[in-house]
Amino acid sequence: MFQDLQEKLDGVFRQLAGKAKLSEENVSDAMREIRRSLLAADVEVGVARDFVKRVQARAVGTEVLSSVSPGQQIVKVVHDELVQLLGGETGQLQIDQSASPSVVLVMGLQGSGKTTFCSKLALHLKKQGRSPLLAACDLQRPAAIDQLEVLAKEIDVPVFTQREIQDVVAVAEKARNAAREQHCDVLIVDTAGRLQVDEELMDQLAALESSLEPAERLLVLDAMTGQEAVSIAKTFDEKIGVTGNVLTKLDGDARGGAALSLVEVTGKPIKFVGVGERPKDLDVFHPDRVAGRILGMGDILSLVEKAQEDIDEEKARRMEERMRRAEFTFDDFLDQLRQLRKMGSLKSVLGMMPGMNAKALKNAKVDEKALVRTEAMICSMTKKERMSPQIINGSRRKRIARGSGLQVSDVNRLLKQHRDMKKMMKMLSKAGNLERMGRNLFPGM
Amino acid sequence: MVFGAIRKLKRGLDKTRNRLVGRLGAALKREVYLTEGFLEEVEEILIAADVGVEAAVELSEGLGRRLREAGGTAKLEDVTSVLREEIANMLGGAEGESIESGGPPHVILVVGVNGVGKTTSIAKLAKWHQGQGRRVLLGAADTFRAAAVEQLSLWADRIGVEIVKQDMGADPAAVAFDTVARAKAQGFDVVILDTAGRLQNKEGLMRELEKIGRVVRKQIEDGPHETLLCLDANTGQNGISQAQEFTATVPLDAIFLTKLDGTAKGGIVVAIAQGLDLPVRYVGTGESADDFALFHAQDFAGALFEADEESVGQENS
Repeated sequence: MFQDLQEKLDGVFRQLAGKAKLSEENVSDAMREIRRSLLAADVEVGVARDFVKRVQARAVGTEVLSSVSPGQQIVKVVHDELVQLLGGETGQLQIDQSASPSVVLVMGLQGSGKTTFCSKLALHLKKQGRSPLLAACDLQRPAAIDQLEVLAKEIDVPVFTQREIQDVVAVAEKARNAAREQHCDVLIVDTAGRLQVDEELMDQLAALESSLEPAERLLVLDAMTGQEAVSIAKTFDEKIGVTGNVLTKLDGDARGGAALSLVEVTGKPIKFVGVGERPKDLDVFHPDRVAGRILGMGDILSLVEKAQEDIDEEKARRMEERMRRAEFTFDDFLDQLRQLRKMGSLKSVLGMMPGMNAKALKNAKVDEKALVRTEAMICSMTKKERMSPQIINGSRRKRIARGSGLQVSDVNRLLKQHRDMKKMMKMLSKAGNLERMGRNLFPGM
Repeated sequence: MVFGAIRKLKRGLDKTRNRLVGRLGAALKREVYLTEGFLEEVEEILIAADVGVEAAVELSEGLGRRLREAGGTAKLEDVTSVLREEIANMLGGAEGESIESGGPPHVILVVGVNGVGKTTSIAKLAKWHQGQGRRVLLGAADTFRAAAVEQLSLWADRIGVEIVKQDMGADPAAVAFDTVARAKAQGFDVVILDTAGRLQNKEGLMRELEKIGRVVRKQIEDGPHETLLCLDANTGQNGISQAQEFTATVPLDAIFLTKLDGTAKGGIVVAIAQGLDLPVRYVGTGESADDFALFHAQDFAGALFEADEESVGQENS
């Protein structure tokens, strides 16, 4: 996400880098470029204008510190303003402890991804130890109820449906009762997609709101939305009172302009972003980290959190132990591969590393399939072969290649890679430095 | 037919138009002199309609040239009519009214990113073809999204057309193959294939789409005859990359512009027309199967800038 903007801003900063000091002239040139970059990224016209004004005022007004270059100074100003624009602090999901259940009302236009988000949120809450109940209150779109049912089953979360009743408020109230009976503490209400100018449907939403008194009223918005994003968000906020925004399909958009305009215009934080089609592809939105990413500073914090969430600590400790003793079998290799894959695509992991700017990522052809192929080969080995790879002779190699649908040369390469890794570990365990290992895990990077 | 289509398009564009004219009007109530500030304002108004920075700059610069030639001042009507003309020109090459029908069966493949309204648009297309006396067969090749098959089946029932479907998770290319095979065997006139929504930067999913195209050609050499990109009128500049990536995978014939009934401006089609030779052919203006119109570049550009409701219809009658 945000690669486009990152690339453009990077160009602007580079131009400034050569300048000895910030003058009114070179700053205003840069500002024109920044404004264009923002507009090309779908940032709302007024927001872009104000943003540039603020940056300009701060940039020209301040003395350039002797320790930094003018370019760096501007980067700092833009970073601070971006964090501000994105909402400053991370917006937490509000749970009303006194209400049973606490209600989350999910709303938005057609096709913004409400139903998918509902199931992602349910999984997110479940992971935190809560027991959510999904309520299917989209009675409009054909088969919407079926969709929520399928998704709920996938993540093993209960869902409340009521196909006989056409009154949304009645269905929602029944769902709330069901949540009480089943001792669910959060009720997530999926609603029909509606245009913000559709009076009738907006009234219906308002009725839902006053009946349920939800602690959270989340507006789900497609990240690819253009200039209209702002007016959609404004209208929903005026009519229903939005408590937070959710941006979906951010994995498909390199711009993210809507993200930059929303908070400024509505004053309501972005709480979550959807970054993929799997139920777990939901991220909490951290303004400072996102600003860092836009400016190519990486997002190590999110990377670490992802690792913590997805990697089994006990396993990791045992692995480290074995590595120290340089006993690295193919079973360990497989374990590592699977843990790595759990963290998401290699590209998304790499994108969070500092110095990995959009350009570098675009050119880096990350072969996601390589992991799958490696896994297939290891799975085609017998237990014995995984423990002691040295017994893998010619005919065994042939069998492994056949079993995984690959060539003998691929198997050879894997065996060599494994040998090299073992050698490396031996060296490292002597040097007592395991951190550098990481690099070896990304062949070709 | 043409008249009804215009009325629908107009209804869809009402909000858009009033807003644009409102802002332009406000900008132009004072006497118009050719100034940087004025042109920048025009540029911003155009960008706010999602036509993109490049197209907006080109349009406002063109306007500047014309204004200079006219001596540096102009009236509101002149400014709007110049812009309208220019936009219609940009879209002119993009008008896709004439549909070369292939087959039978005429095979339509509908693609797009998630949530743009592919399934609903297919229902509209099906109903429209049916209204023209053609026998329509739907193919539920979105076997990925939960309940997508059910959604299309419900539409098929409502409209009264037949549908070929398999279970969730089935190979979409197999569904496409079966659909076209059955249409050939049983003499259907039109086949419409639904596909799963996919973001244009997902390599694997785009390859899957390529395969669907290939499989269709195994049945009908020159198929699919009409590959449509469904594009949400709310879409921003991402629409350009959608058009680029999809047409690189399955050569697109036209755009189906959806959800034009909101306040969305659909200006992104101007940006797309500027960069790619891709016409807009159909417009969706609501949730019912009848909320459908053929696209007319003149009407679209005209409706954007026309304040008087009736004049749009008169111009085209």
